[in-house]
Amino acid sequence: MKQFVGQNVKRKEDYRLLTGSGKFVADMRIENMVEAAILRSPYAHARIRNIELSRAKNYEGVLDVIVAADLKGKVKPFTEFVEFTLPPQLEADIKPTIKKNPEPMLAEDKVTFVGQAVAIVLAEDRYVAEDALALIKIDYEPLPVVTDPYETIKEEAPVIHPELGNNIQSYFEVKVGDIDHAFRQANHILKTRIKTPRVSGNPLETRGVIAEYQERNQQLDVWSSTQVPFMVRSYLSKLVGLVEGNIRVVAPDVGGGFGPKCAVYPEEIIIPYLAMKYKRPVKWIEDRLEHMQSTRHSRDQVHDVEVAFRNDGTILGLKDQFLLDNGAHNSFALCCAYNSAAHLRGMYLIPNYDITGRIVLTNKTPNVPYRGAGRPEAVYVMDRIIYMIADKLNLDPVEVSLRNFVRPEQMPYETGIFYRDGANMILENGDYVKSLQQALKIAGYDEFRQKQEEARKQNKNIGIGLSSYIEGTGIGPFEGAAVKVDSTGHILVGVGSSPHGQSHETTLSQICADVFGVSPEQVSVRAGDTSLLPYGVGTFASRGAVTAGSAVHGASKQLKEKFLLITGEMLGVSIDDLEMYGGKVYLKNSPSKFVTLQEIAQAAKPGPRCKVPKGIEPGSSATYYFVPPTVTFSSGFHVAVVEVDKETGFVDILRYIVVHDCGRVINPKIVDGQIQGGVAQGIGGALYEEIIYDKNGQLVTGTYMDYLIPTAMEVPEVEMGHQEYLSPHNPMGIKGVGEGGAISPPAAIANAVCDAMRPLKIEINTLPISPNKLRSLIEEAERTESVLK
Amino acid sequence: MSNCNVKIKINGEVIEKEIESRWLLSDFLRDKLGLTGTHVGCEHGVCGACTILLNGEPVRSCLMLAVQADGLEVETVESLAEEDGTFHPIQQAFANNHALQCGFCTPGFLMSVKNFMETHPELPTDDEIREAISGNLCRCTGYSNIIKAVKDAYVLKC
Repeated sequence: MKQFVGQNVKRKEDYRLLTGSGKFVADMRIENMVEAAILRSPYAHARIRNIELSRAKNYEGVLDVIVAADLKGKVKPFTEFVEFTLPPQLEADIKPTIKKNPEPMLAEDKVTFVGQAVAIVLAEDRYVAEDALALIKIDYEPLPVVTDPYETIKEEAPVIHPELGNNIQSYFEVKVGDIDHAFRQANHILKTRIKTPRVSGNPLETRGVIAEYQERNQQLDVWSSTQVPFMVRSYLSKLVGLVEGNIRVVAPDVGGGFGPKCAVYPEEIIIPYLAMKYKRPVKWIEDRLEHMQSTRHSRDQVHDVEVAFRNDGTILGLKDQFLLDNGAHNSFALCCAYNSAAHLRGMYLIPNYDITGRIVLTNKTPNVPYRGAGRPEAVYVMDRIIYMIADKLNLDPVEVSLRNFVRPEQMPYETGIFYRDGANMILENGDYVKSLQQALKIAGYDEFRQKQEEARKQNKNIGIGLSSYIEGTGIGPFEGAAVKVDSTGHILVGVGSSPHGQSHETTLSQICADVFGVSPEQVSVRAGDTSLLPYGVGTFASRGAVTAGSAVHGASKQLKEKFLLITGEMLGVSIDDLEMYGGKVYLKNSPSKFVTLQEIAQAAKPGPRCKVPKGIEPGSSATYYFVPPTVTFSSGFHVAVVEVDKETGFVDILRYIVVHDCGRVINPKIVDGQIQGGVAQGIGGALYEEIIYDKNGQLVTGTYMDYLIPTAMEVPEVEMGHQEYLSPHNPMGIKGVGEGGAISPPAAIANAVCDAMRPLKIEINTLPISPNKLRSLIEEAERTESVLK
Repeated sequence: MSNCNVKIKINGEVIEKEIESRWLLSDFLRDKLGLTGTHVGCEHGVCGACTILLNGEPVRSCLMLAVQADGLEVETVESLAEEDGTFHPIQQAFANNHALQCGFCTPGFLMSVKNFMETHPELPTDDEIREAISGNLCRCTGYSNIIKAVKDAYVLKC
């Protein structure tokens, strides 16, 4: 019988998206709605002395103007996202300091970053609303600004939130082994600072919210461009004090997420509140300039790292003290910072490890986890270290990697620390040596070394760089699925995981179809709607296929079992005599005798003709929640081949290779698409993208003219190889794949550029590798070389 | 606000309307005519999501006023498929090659590619295709499947 898991089934999502009939939040209009525009702070840090609204309020077409005072006692501030609080065993182990850091919905008496929302105008249309914004007068008293993570931890720094005492919001330490002993045993110690700058995920669709309130039944409907509709519902209920069951949050077609839409934002609370207050539907669509300023940024870590190693390249110990500059607020506990600490050693053994992380606050936009969420930063540190060790010992970096890998015979390998979900962090399976060899083979590594020699003779600088990653994917706490067969025999699947490009409708229908032995055409998958299931989590952290996929698999199997029981009752036989395939249940050994899904669904209806065995609820549906025991580790190798123009500092990516393991592949084309797209974002982070603030906290890269997103001219076609080590943590053996592509490019490309410049010794320990930055590094290295000569 | 009368041929149909002269063409198409297939991604002319054809030429509908289209012909993504819903070869090629993920930027790509294929009837090289779509940003796909789709569209249209 044909299996659909593993096949390139064409996407069900495509027809509407290709014909312009998809529905994104901005595409929606509701009768009698008003549109909102938001006034945002032009100051990074200032006291609000006075707000003058009368001209704006009196402007024709304006319904009202809302400021913080109007929300007092009605809408509570954000404190922390409880979804990200630490499990008790992890908390007991690392004993972190995490200060509560409430974030107001609208700035009240002071602003703490440029782009913070201060006032909202509701008007007949967006044009009128924006006219009125220009009529609001706010008297600001500028306060001292701090934008540098090292400045902000100094005692004399202006304290952004006085109730926290200083600007260090969180602190934690993770220790394994005996670091001092390791450093005493080492032949060499290397020390460096490695920085991953602030970037912005920039989905092509900005954020947006529409809300409508129906007084007759107190129903509040909210449509939001979010990755986490259940989380939006939960905070709406908590912060506005509403009955949760009266709220429905829908994420319709969502134009990319990547992490920035994985938070609940003030607008997602205020806009629905205003729809209730004014009894009119309210629509707010963020524009790109607002997006650059106010949608959460990410990364922004600086690591001071020391590594102890032997003459042969064996790493004995690693010490790291890092800062994560989280901007003006942190509501995510230790999320990205702890991910960095947990993933930094990657595939390497490193028995002695001591890392401390501090999350610090500055007058910048708050941060959110973005594709990779702390892992690209960690991988950049680790893989630069591998290359620096190789440089120091005059070894090939591949040799240093091979010297330090966790070997298959050591798996499952206990890393000696907890994962963020509170379970022991264990690398379950895989073969890193084999995977690396596959990548090197595709890249033609040995031949490349010869080619490189030839090229050097012609003054051409070509280089090859490697990076590896592991990634804990499919984090819990759970995800659910409800599967039902309707009276026509069609199968409907509802899931709590909410897609924004990941193809849930296609891949999840493949999983369900295989259980029933039908075509995916006979299965419809719905997602992104809190009315589908009582509980849901969302799509982020490479968890969709693992958690929602396993939930659909579990629910489908349960319903199949129930259908066999019903058939047994219908035919008066034991279920041992029955088998299901091709969407029918057959009497074993008598293939002419069968009943269809449609007939069984009809027999499942309550009433006198019901054939559901006694003791089981009537009905043709099943709901199942998959609760993963812990994450499952995907892994991969990236190889970048680059050419550097020494005169201009331009980097050209000649080839890019990825070999990865994501366990069972549901749809190869979709998996490859995730990798290719992830690599494109990683290339952005490696070469082009950086959110820059000046010393006054003004955003310098606030448009697409300054914040450079890679185009088709900059992204090569990734050459891919696959490893398939099935996950032991879920029934289908799936591992997550959404983020992997974005994790390694900065490290692989930086290593390739350093390699291309050899024998000139440059160290690229900060990103992006812009032409001017690379030119200065080259000039500096040439100066040092000539002095030494 | 001053108003103007415009007469624009949109997807083959002549539309006459009185509109505020400050309305952008993109907003006019989306909010006044319900043609929401044209998406607005950056509103400063870089991302290309709002690309439409104006007298056959690709333009950013967020960078021009609706009144500037008076007397001209506009084509949007809604015009591509046949009346019975059959895909245009470019749409078919995008579906065949997994050339879209979230699909937000896709209408802009389709319109850019339509013009490119009309002005470049011979099968182009990869580099030519890359350049042709370099005015459209996609944050999901990493472009390689879009390039394959464009080549496939040349095959399908024959």
